[in-house]
Amino acid sequence: MESTTFIAIFATIVTASTPLLFAAIGELVVEKSGVLNLGVEGMMLVGAVSAFAVSTGTGSPYLGIVAAIGAGGVMALLFGILTLTLLANQVATGLALTLFGVGLSALIGQGYVGTPATGLAGIQIPWLSDIPVLGGLLFQYDIMVYMSLALTAAVSWFLFRTRPGLILRAVGESHDSAHAIGYGVIPIRYMAVIFGGMTSGLAGAYLTLAYTPLWTENMTAGRGWIALALVVFSTWKPGRLLFGAYLFGAVTIGQLHIQGLGVAIPSQFLSMLPYLATVIVLVLISRDQLRIRLNAPACLGKVFHPSA
Amino acid sequence: MGKGMLKTLLGGVIAATAMLAAPAMAEEPLKIGFVYVGPVGDMGWTYQHDQGRKAIEKALGDKVKTTYVESVKEGADAERVIRQLAASGNKLIFTTSFGFMNPTLKVAKRFPNVKFEHATGYKRAKNVSTYAARFYEGRYVAGILAGRMTKSNVIGYIGSFPIPEVIRGINSFTLALRKVNPKAVVKVVWVNSWFDPGKEGDAAKALIDQGADVIMQHTDSPAPMQIAQERGVYAVGQASDMSRFGPDAQLTAILDVWDGYYVQRAKAVLDGTWKSEDTWGGLAAGMLALAPYNKAIPADVVAEAEAARKAIIAGTLHPFQGPIRDQSGKEVVPAGKTIPDGELLGMNWYVEGVQGEIPQ
Repeated sequence: MESTTFIAIFATIVTASTPLLFAAIGELVVEKSGVLNLGVEGMMLVGAVSAFAVSTGTGSPYLGIVAAIGAGGVMALLFGILTLTLLANQVATGLALTLFGVGLSALIGQGYVGTPATGLAGIQIPWLSDIPVLGGLLFQYDIMVYMSLALTAAVSWFLFRTRPGLILRAVGESHDSAHAIGYGVIPIRYMAVIFGGMTSGLAGAYLTLAYTPLWTENMTAGRGWIALALVVFSTWKPGRLLFGAYLFGAVTIGQLHIQGLGVAIPSQFLSMLPYLATVIVLVLISRDQLRIRLNAPACLGKVFHPSA
Repeated sequence: MGKGMLKTLLGGVIAATAMLAAPAMAEEPLKIGFVYVGPVGDMGWTYQHDQGRKAIEKALGDKVKTTYVESVKEGADAERVIRQLAASGNKLIFTTSFGFMNPTLKVAKRFPNVKFEHATGYKRAKNVSTYAARFYEGRYVAGILAGRMTKSNVIGYIGSFPIPEVIRGINSFTLALRKVNPKAVVKVVWVNSWFDPGKEGDAAKALIDQGADVIMQHTDSPAPMQIAQERGVYAVGQASDMSRFGPDAQLTAILDVWDGYYVQRAKAVLDGTWKSEDTWGGLAAGMLALAPYNKAIPADVVAEAEAARKAIIAGTLHPFQGPIRDQSGKEVVPAGKTIPDGELLGMNWYVEGVQGEIPQ
């Protein structure tokens, strides 16, 4: 294979994986704090349409990114108020948030259907982008790709190398104990939930600003649910999550190429392959049952009330 | 999904109020209901059906009153929505997706006085008509443009699901392509979805990376057109004019045009001449059209495409007239013969020039 073709395929894989990584890394933090927010898809959609609206309105995709972060955060705040303050069921509220996000984004996006936009351009880094092959392979992406990678590293560092990260994990493991020691369970969870909303917003922004720079209703097409699954199969570890998101992206793109080459494998099977491969690989690398139990936040999805 | 539910609920409330108010009105307008599978803002399939609904309103004014329910899931939910529309006084109901076939027939049995129009289905009843368009005729014209404009002789084709409708389109396109350019081949990638902009875009990228310089699509989002524009190759739009997404890339687009048929059927109900029938109209009936050709296409190629379009309308050219060879090179339709409609409706094999196998 020519190196230019290889670079092009690799670049496609990176763009397919980035929205999943954004959405999943935020949800990982949310779940580590003991909250299960199934509204990722809805938050992504609202983030996507906000980014598109602001970017086409102001001409600045960067303002679009900021808008998406804000919109995702507000959606998550709504979820927080319902589940953390009003103690609603997290699963039901999360599902409702997705339904709400689908409708709200369609409403906001009404005037933007059929409007093309110029996407985020790749950034050329002096020296690095000029390196033959490697420059094309690693240093030609838009800014959000690097953001997603930096964010993953930062989350990993925060959760496992800092004291606030330790507290957040403690809240997710045993909110009663954390509360007894004097940590504010509810404020900490609020922060985690809003962070998750912001990254979901970023995931949506990546779709409308870089992946396919256009707005159509329901354009996330289930990516929020894939992100949720990736968090579980990565056993709540950022490194594995990164691996899982890229594996999913690679198999998704790989199966399209296999079809294009005319290999006689049923396309329905190939379409299933990304899910299958990702689940199998992640289950294999984390097949130690004890470790999964150690990694899964013990209070995931449980309602907390200080008086209980 | 959520919005559809809300609308149905609201529809119920409105219907209940309407029934109370009904006796007060003297001459009621004909109420016409539409059931859509996607959002009206999909810029493709459902959008074009909604244009047809608007055409009825425009043509018949206050003699009619239309309502629609969008994003209705195929299956049990559809039956509930259709029954709701029938119960709330709609006398003509269009159900615009293949999967609405059985729900439509079920409801039609319970409401013998309501007329139903089901798109792309094959089951009819006394009060259920079916209609579809011969989109393959448009794809034949697109095949001529692709065959003349390709330099790599590789065409990328993005398919939704391997059903006869899509396979017929691939074959019709390929027959025209190979007629003008025997060296050209078609690579097909199935995305197993009617609408997933990300996946459709990825499929376009994969095909371009494999050498395709013209992209055909039988999926509904403008993402492949956008990728074609970005990568500097050509593409053919689907359902609606997508030139905004690919001003340099769009060779033409195959447009769904339901306006004429919808107005005609609504009029038939008003006149009392409506009959259950099966309509499969093509370019001649105006049920599909082609978007303006790309300016970069040389005049002689435009003339060639136009000649084919006019010949199809005149009935002197049929896309599926022999000789036609299958993938193994065997002649399956001899010269002078044409594949009959019955076989076209169930088409499940590729013609020569298409690479790969049909997924079973």
